[in-house]
Amino acid sequence: MRNIGRKFFSLGLATLLTGVSIASWGWETEMAHARRRKTLVIYSGRSEKLIGPLIKQARKDLNLDIKVRYGKTAQLAIALLEEGKNSRADVFFAQDAGALGAVERRGRTLPISFRQLNKVPARFRSPRGNWIGISGRARTIDYNTKLVKKSQLPKSIWELTKPKWRGKVGWAPTNASFQSFVTGMRVTYGDRKTLKWLKAMKANGTKKYPKNTPIVKALGRGEIHLGLVNHYYLARFQKTNPKFPVAHHYTRRDPGAMINVAGVSVLRTTDQRRDAERFINYLLSRKSQRYFSSKTKEYPLVKGIPSPKGQVPLYRLRAPRINLTKLHSLEKTLKLLQKAGVL
Amino acid sequence: MSKAVRPPLFLTIAAVVVATAIALPLVYLIIRTAFIGGGDLWELITRPRNSMILFNSVAMMAIVALLSAIISIPLAFLTVRTDLPARRFWLVMTTLPLAVPSYVGSFALIAAFAPRGSFLQILLEPFGVEELPSIYGWPGTMLALTLFTYPYMLLSIRSALQGLDPSLEEAARSMGYNSRQAFLRVILPQLNPSLIAGGLLVALYALRDFGTPSLMQFDSFTQAIFVQYQASFDRDSAAALSLVLVIIVLLMLWLENRTRSRAGYYTRGSASLRPAKIVKLGVWKLPALAFCGTITFLGVVLPVVITAFWLIQGLSTEHEFIDLLSPVLNSITAAGLAAVITTLFALPIAILSIRFPSKIIAIIERSTYISFGVPGIVVALSLVFFGANYLPILYQTLPMLIFAYLVLFLQQSVGGVRTSLLQVNPQVEEAARSLGNSPWQTLKKVTIPLVSPGIITGAVLVFLTAMKELPATMLLAPIGFDTLAVEIWKATENVDFADAAAASLTILLVSMISTFFVLSQEKVRSNK
Repeated sequence: MRNIGRKFFSLGLATLLTGVSIASWGWETEMAHARRRKTLVIYSGRSEKLIGPLIKQARKDLNLDIKVRYGKTAQLAIALLEEGKNSRADVFFAQDAGALGAVERRGRTLPISFRQLNKVPARFRSPRGNWIGISGRARTIDYNTKLVKKSQLPKSIWELTKPKWRGKVGWAPTNASFQSFVTGMRVTYGDRKTLKWLKAMKANGTKKYPKNTPIVKALGRGEIHLGLVNHYYLARFQKTNPKFPVAHHYTRRDPGAMINVAGVSVLRTTDQRRDAERFINYLLSRKSQRYFSSKTKEYPLVKGIPSPKGQVPLYRLRAPRINLTKLHSLEKTLKLLQKAGVL
Repeated sequence: MSKAVRPPLFLTIAAVVVATAIALPLVYLIIRTAFIGGGDLWELITRPRNSMILFNSVAMMAIVALLSAIISIPLAFLTVRTDLPARRFWLVMTTLPLAVPSYVGSFALIAAFAPRGSFLQILLEPFGVEELPSIYGWPGTMLALTLFTYPYMLLSIRSALQGLDPSLEEAARSMGYNSRQAFLRVILPQLNPSLIAGGLLVALYALRDFGTPSLMQFDSFTQAIFVQYQASFDRDSAAALSLVLVIIVLLMLWLENRTRSRAGYYTRGSASLRPAKIVKLGVWKLPALAFCGTITFLGVVLPVVITAFWLIQGLSTEHEFIDLLSPVLNSITAAGLAAVITTLFALPIAILSIRFPSKIIAIIERSTYISFGVPGIVVALSLVFFGANYLPILYQTLPMLIFAYLVLFLQQSVGGVRTSLLQVNPQVEEAARSLGNSPWQTLKKVTIPLVSPGIITGAVLVFLTAMKELPATMLLAPIGFDTLAVEIWKATENVDFADAAAASLTILLVSMISTFFVLSQEKVRSNK
């Protein structure tokens, strides 16, 4: 018994020492960081699998030390707001325009140069000029190819409320891109029509999922026949399972085919504005844009770069024209979703 | 020892540190909520939708706690006091569901039991079963949360059972109680504090969890908080809603305080020195094994087999796996340090709250529940706020991460130690003091050895939960310090189920080995 007491004591002592040494190590790295100040810190809501190889290449090509904190876009955005003036991040690489808008609106970002802004179409960047879209993804209706024939597919999202699709459609009401889609609908068709559609969808037994991936998974299982998702998840499922029985279907000229973007902004707290700009330039380069279309199957946003293979080209998608910055003011969309009992 | 005696200084200092640590999230929530106008606040909280999902969450919490008790009491009894074959094996197996991150577990349950295309449905397809009854909503949420949290209760009850003085039961039997009566009237009441401590942890876990309800399509209150963050980037409203959860936690603590009796749970001798009599199961052996087997199957085997299935699927397509060595080391380092340091700070709180009870200590001890009852992301953001602005030197370093784990999981350790300490007769410590030992020596030589079952339980709990913690790790760890939980998240985010499976299996493996190691140490000691 006494043995255990001694063990605990020495364990405690060892821990204390470890703690102290780690603290001093933390202190040292902090100091080293302060001395060099040459590390570009990126908060990235885009996953490491997607942009990791590109970052690696950028380190080499730009001869720049780049460090990335990967996380969920919304949580990183809020962390940036909480960090305030003491943030260590130089660049925010977000998965959706809403988060970029939120950080911009609270005055946390620096303007991006016109030369860079002009590389992408106006609808894919901030009107205030503090963030810029890098790559885009389309909303699409994915369907299970074993359960639905091509000829039976809905012509527009309005058809999804028909009894034919009762209990067979999946969506993700808490998901940012779904909410952008609903905002798009509101902007194009007005609140009343959108609310009616949401209510009808709910009454039609539309199934709720937390985000896109589980929807595509459920489609594969045949749990649902149609799912409202972003286009680029399917390619990843088919990479591990080429026979995965799901395909895209685009409805024309309605928010069913809306484009949402991933983009970047430079944070006001940066002490490396020039490096941050160089990095953005790099993302807008032909090389990086090609990377997005070939590796992540996203739409490159810089003019003149072709869309990913096997994907309906961007210009043919005929997505409704929606001001993406409006997507940050989701308040009304949320109220509508709540009113419809969807959220 | 009377109340007038002042507690030793080193205990007080530790208590002050802990009090500050656990106050941070609460202070943060209050600061944030203060930014909202009174009218808006009222509108937010009284929104009909919010009251409905609040009801959902509270009802779900109560049911999960009840189901956990139904599973845990028999399991604890079987693995501590009976001649169940391969007792130690079952002991480890029935603790392990705790090591399964609830999002991984829920994914596995859905893959196994979803209405269509799940393993079970495909199995039953030849018999004409086109669609299974839906697992989504209440049933799936209850099932998943109970399966992956009941071990809190189990561990708590187990350490209480081990510390129970066998003479109590013997006395009851000699007074003519049969074994069932003895169990119901003597043992069960003695287990009350541990049932409540474990039950609270289960309930709070259910209350704060986000992953399971969202995967199971269940409208929980945490969802409302996440929507505020995710959709409107509104930290103030999210904080206000989190405060609602804090109020629920406080209500539960108040209720618990009313049921927490002032009775003593110790006996004359120092318990735990003499092993209790082992109950012969006889004809009940088979049902008991079936029970342990079912729980183990659902809580451990199923998630492992299904993740292994995904892994094999990945292996067959020339998938390039991520390197898991450094995440494993990171996880073990962070979770291990968290377990040790949390225990070091939990001990003083537990000791003070029982040996030197005062209002302040009671408040500190109770407050440890608060950060366990709100979603991890809320606590993480509060530490981002304080860390970046007031302690930049430590912000996003390993010590900061460990501190976050301490704030998040302290209660698990405090609860474990408290339960054990309640069973130690204070006169034993007084005797040590009167024999000329200093308070420090008494603590080291008498108290700690006697409460070691509780210490170990608490440390295991902290270790396992720190291993699977995600939001705080993502925001507060040094850049590039990826743990296994982070790897799982990164992989699922990227629809890379093979990588997710590899990381999940590794978490399970590491947790299993460490749980097994710790629990087998315990066995050796009780044989001494």
